[in-house]
Amino acid sequence: MTPAREAKGKTLIAAHHDGQSALIPFLQYCQEEDGYVTPTALDDAATLTGLTRGEVESIASFYSLLFQRPIGKHVIQVCRTLACMLGGADELRAHARARLGVTDGGTTSDGVFTYEEVECLAACDKAPCLQHNLRYHYNVTPAEFDRLLEQWKNERPEAAMPAE
Amino acid sequence: MTPFEPVLTKGLGELDLADIDVYESRGGFGALRKALRDLTPDAVVSEVSASNLRGRGGAGFPTGKKWSFLPKDGRPRYLVCNCDEAEPGTFKDRMLLEKTPLQIIEGLLISAYAIQAKEIIMYIRGEFLEGYRVFKNALDAVRSRGYVGQKIAGSDFSIDILLHRGAGAYICGEETALLNSVEGKRGEPRLKPPFPANAGLYGMPTVVNNVETVALVPYIMTRGAKWFASIGPEKSPGPKIVSVSGHVQRPGNYEIPLGISMRELIDEYAGGLRPGRRVKAIQPGGGSSAAIFEEDLDTGYDYESLAAKRTMLGSGAVVVMDDTACLVRSSMTLVRFFEKESCGQCTPCREGGQWVHRLVARLEAGEGTDADLRVLNTINTTITGTNLCPLGDSIMPFLSSVLTRFPDEFAAHVKLARCPLSAGSSESAA
Ligand SMILES: Cc1cc2nc3c(=O)[nH]c(=O)nc-3n(C[C@H](O)[C@H](O)[C@H](O)COP(=O)(O)O)c2cc1C
Ligand code: SF4
Ligand code: FES
Repeated sequence: MTPAREAKGKTLIAAHHDGQSALIPFLQYCQEEDGYVTPTALDDAATLTGLTRGEVESIASFYSLLFQRPIGKHVIQVCRTLACMLGGADELRAHARARLGVTDGGTTSDGVFTYEEVECLAACDKAPCLQHNLRYHYNVTPAEFDRLLEQWKNERPEAAMPAE
Repeated sequence: MTPFEPVLTKGLGELDLADIDVYESRGGFGALRKALRDLTPDAVVSEVSASNLRGRGGAGFPTGKKWSFLPKDGRPRYLVCNCDEAEPGTFKDRMLLEKTPLQIIEGLLISAYAIQAKEIIMYIRGEFLEGYRVFKNALDAVRSRGYVGQKIAGSDFSIDILLHRGAGAYICGEETALLNSVEGKRGEPRLKPPFPANAGLYGMPTVVNNVETVALVPYIMTRGAKWFASIGPEKSPGPKIVSVSGHVQRPGNYEIPLGISMRELIDEYAGGLRPGRRVKAIQPGGGSSAAIFEEDLDTGYDYESLAAKRTMLGSGAVVVMDDTACLVRSSMTLVRFFEKESCGQCTPCREGGQWVHRLVARLEAGEGTDADLRVLNTINTTITGTNLCPLGDSIMPFLSSVLTRFPDEFAAHVKLARCPLSAGSSESAA
């Protein structure tokens, strides 16, 4: 483990009730640093918390915002639940898949964009909606999606999954 | 419209309510100071009990009663605030988090004083990055004014608030799954009993309350239980924020007095339907609730009236479907939600959700058979009521209710081998 990572881990444990309570915040921090939850991060988490590597992996796999595979710098998550569906989410999803050339959960061949279809994002009054690196975009038409895509292509985002 | 003065959303959109100076200039933290100075913890619990406040997270359990269940055995107690909002159609807690974090914090502090908690844990849904940042800034401001930390506002009461961000999982909104998640475990619901009041976070007595529930507590302190209890029906009084979405002209959050009719809510608050459209189905209380229909529009929007219609107020999320909506596709969307979000502990929920989704997706794609329809009509009893937590029992209510009311629409998908409402477009990307 790098000294910086060990120090961060110890700070998180001190701020929480015990080692395991700091596990998810620690993995969130590693994900922000490394781009995803790497095998090394899982090992480091096990060392810090005293859990087995298998336990850490099992816990991490439960949470949809912890990615145990490389993801793009841009993560686009389109809502597909009822209110968004009534507002045109199915059309938006079909359009987004075609534009990016991926299916649900896929990453573009250049590794830049990861695309996911997700459940209700608590923005049902502005359907259909999506999150880009956890930031909201509302009432997204296919044309608006194309405009956003161009904008993102020219952007250097802070982090796909910010920990803080 | 029924006369009513909103409290939780007052000034929203006009003032920056997340600014501590603005909040204090409008009387903010007056309720906290009053409680700490004039009331014993038990007196706060009594006042909240007398108000008949019911939890706004979904189950509608009386808040004062929940607080008074805590055993008086000297063990440390926790107050956990549930801001994991992910029930389909619900978007009120996110609004409160992003726009009015200070009334949540004040409510948390008073609630923690009432139950004499050792620590407050604020659990914020992982997707709510913006809300988390707003809340964190607000908390720093509150700390710098001495309202959180040691000896709050000159009293003997000390407490801190720990922030915990979720990491993606609807089921973590269920209170025991949420506690497991705070403890760094998989967010799987626990078998009850023991209830959190006896063995909650780290095995200690714990209260879990929804964001909107705690945000109401300061107003009960300053205006009194009588004021609160006088709004709306006797058994479910008070202001309530309702998230209205779907086929209405003005979707949004509306703070209403409980008990107004569904018609008033939809027509007066949410701007009614688009011209020429009729109500086909309404989900009145989140993705888990059974639908009501055009003939039910005079039903009161409150816990009892909706229960009498065999549905529920739930989280206060109203999704309106007009006559252009396909109910097979709507059902599929919701069943798919529960399939995806099942934690996997119980077989009926884990496997049932998958099979029902496949079946309804087949119907929706025009590939269903009469046998599928027969299975659909009997499956309710084999899934509902056989699970550890309410998620598994939420797969069928909407589907069963629309299947009973519109059997022909389901049958037509088999007969025509496509959706009768659209000329063939179907969900290819299930
Ligand atoms: C599957 C499921 C999801 C839930 N999600 C939430 C949620 O996101 N927010 C919430 O406050 N309550 C949620 N609840 C209800 C909580 O279990 C609990 O009843 C509530 O937080 C208690 O707070 P209250 O008494 O103030 O309503 C959920 C329940 C279930 C079964
Ligand atoms: S009913 Fe479903 S979500 Fe609830 S505990 Fe069982 S498997 Fe998990
Ligand atoms: S259904 Fe898409 S945000 Fe709620």
